[in-house]
Amino acid sequence: MSEDTGKIQDLASAIKRLARPGASIALGLGLEGFVPFAAVHEIMRQNIGRLTLIGPISNIPFDQLAGAGLVERVIAAWVGNVSTGLGHCYRRAVEKGFPRPLEVINHSNFSVGLALEAGARGLPLAVSQSPLGSDIVRDNPHFMHMECPFSGRKLLAVKALKPDLAIIHTQRADAQGNAMCWGAVGISRQAAYAAERVLITCEEIVPGEVIRADPDRTLVPGFLVDAVCEVPWGAHPAPVQGYYGLDNAMYVDYSQSTRDPHQAEKWFGEWVHGVKNREEYLAKLGRSRLNDLMVKHPARGGSVEYGW
Amino acid sequence: MSNYTKKEMMALAAGRLVRNGDVLFAGTGLSMLAATVAKRVHAPDATVFFETGGIDPSLEELPLAVADPRVMVGTAMNSGLIEAFSILGHRRLRSIAFLGAAQIDPYGNINSTVLGGYPKPKVRFPGSGGACDAASLAHAVIIFMQHERRRFVEQLDYLTSPGWLQGGDSRQRAGFKRGGPLAVVTNLGIMKFEEETKRMYLAEVYPGVAPEQVAENTGFEVDISRAVVAQDPGEDELYTLREKVDPQRLILG
Repeated sequence: MSEDTGKIQDLASAIKRLARPGASIALGLGLEGFVPFAAVHEIMRQNIGRLTLIGPISNIPFDQLAGAGLVERVIAAWVGNVSTGLGHCYRRAVEKGFPRPLEVINHSNFSVGLALEAGARGLPLAVSQSPLGSDIVRDNPHFMHMECPFSGRKLLAVKALKPDLAIIHTQRADAQGNAMCWGAVGISRQAAYAAERVLITCEEIVPGEVIRADPDRTLVPGFLVDAVCEVPWGAHPAPVQGYYGLDNAMYVDYSQSTRDPHQAEKWFGEWVHGVKNREEYLAKLGRSRLNDLMVKHPARGGSVEYGW
Repeated sequence: MSNYTKKEMMALAAGRLVRNGDVLFAGTGLSMLAATVAKRVHAPDATVFFETGGIDPSLEELPLAVADPRVMVGTAMNSGLIEAFSILGHRRLRSIAFLGAAQIDPYGNINSTVLGGYPKPKVRFPGSGGACDAASLAHAVIIFMQHERRRFVEQLDYLTSPGWLQGGDSRQRAGFKRGGPLAVVTNLGIMKFEEETKRMYLAEVYPGVAPEQVAENTGFEVDISRAVVAQDPGEDELYTLREKVDPQRLILG
């Protein structure tokens, strides 16, 4: 296969091509790390709306997109701010319908993962015990009570999820889209296989042989990937294993700045709409802040013999 | 005056409930302290693991968030979320999960989703995350709560994570194979659940706390007649917690 498959794109073009208005998008799949913030902010700049967002502990991108009025529905286990708790924009959307009403399909982390895994396998449902007994299943079109046909045991049928698009941030990818990821990958793999389209943003695009020298770390094979965007610091303020840690101050600042809707507007104006792209965002953060987040305690992985 | 803080007492009280060999599903904050101090004081063969799938990290420095890269370093295995819950629910393992919540009822069911009516809530919290899964799958659950009337309620506004459901054998009848809350560790003492009815009662108060104080701060009727005074933290426990587990007082404050 040739190296140039045309999958490498700049982020703005890839978002324009793959994130359509009204789409269901899975993101924030690494639980709290690898959050594709650069891609989320690009969606906000392009004002792509009527979205359905799918994720486990989804962190603040769901809050940001809801605050921007771009979300119609969330299918998620947790929407908030991992450093401070409450998501203020999410609260306003659910409690007051501001800036627009938001439909919430509650899930638990495991059930979102299983629903995506079922989607990946082309099945209509997953079977699970959790969230049996929880109000999550009450009036929830994604869960049905069922009995095991073998044992009669009480279980839940969980509706499969097949997002239109999964956006996944990784450390590395090659031109074919083979994406390499290590650390807390959460349910990124299940989502990549379940989705109709996959957009990879990565810290670095590397030659194919780098991936092929260590293929056990490949998260998703290139033939399932539709676009690869090199976006250094693309997950900031979330962490990326081996590249940078969590920028707690940013989460705290975001929380304080979004308590009030006008302040939230200002925050989006400053950090999303006030910058043209990720380079400008990084310039605004400043080199010393980024330096502070870089790896201070190196712990290199081992290398193994694959030969015969 | 005691020479330790409420937070230290809570971490140690929860840690004492851990047995050697337990598999501990930790979040951050107090649960991290409880799991780590138990491992270093009396349960060296306990294993700490995270929802991220990081199993047995070195914990030389405490992670500040589940997303902290320290959770995935020096581990015996880095897996994913599906594997983490498969481990939590594994029939061979005595797994213990630590949870917190906004509300708890007499049977240890907890709410972390909304205050007020669901369709038009007064406060929308982030939601279950993995809490409901942990409450469903773990061998046992330890719940941390601030002891306030508005948090200990007869009727939850929303049942996010199942405890003993309506008490008695209702959990089993609902389809659960195992699990249920073991204890509620609060800033006043330790609540446990009656063998038969599965209703919460006061098992231990911390030194200096009157059982009546617990009753006053509980929004439902609670049996305080059996309460004993919890053992003061031992010097070795405090030393380990302060000097070995969290020397920078990142969580202890």
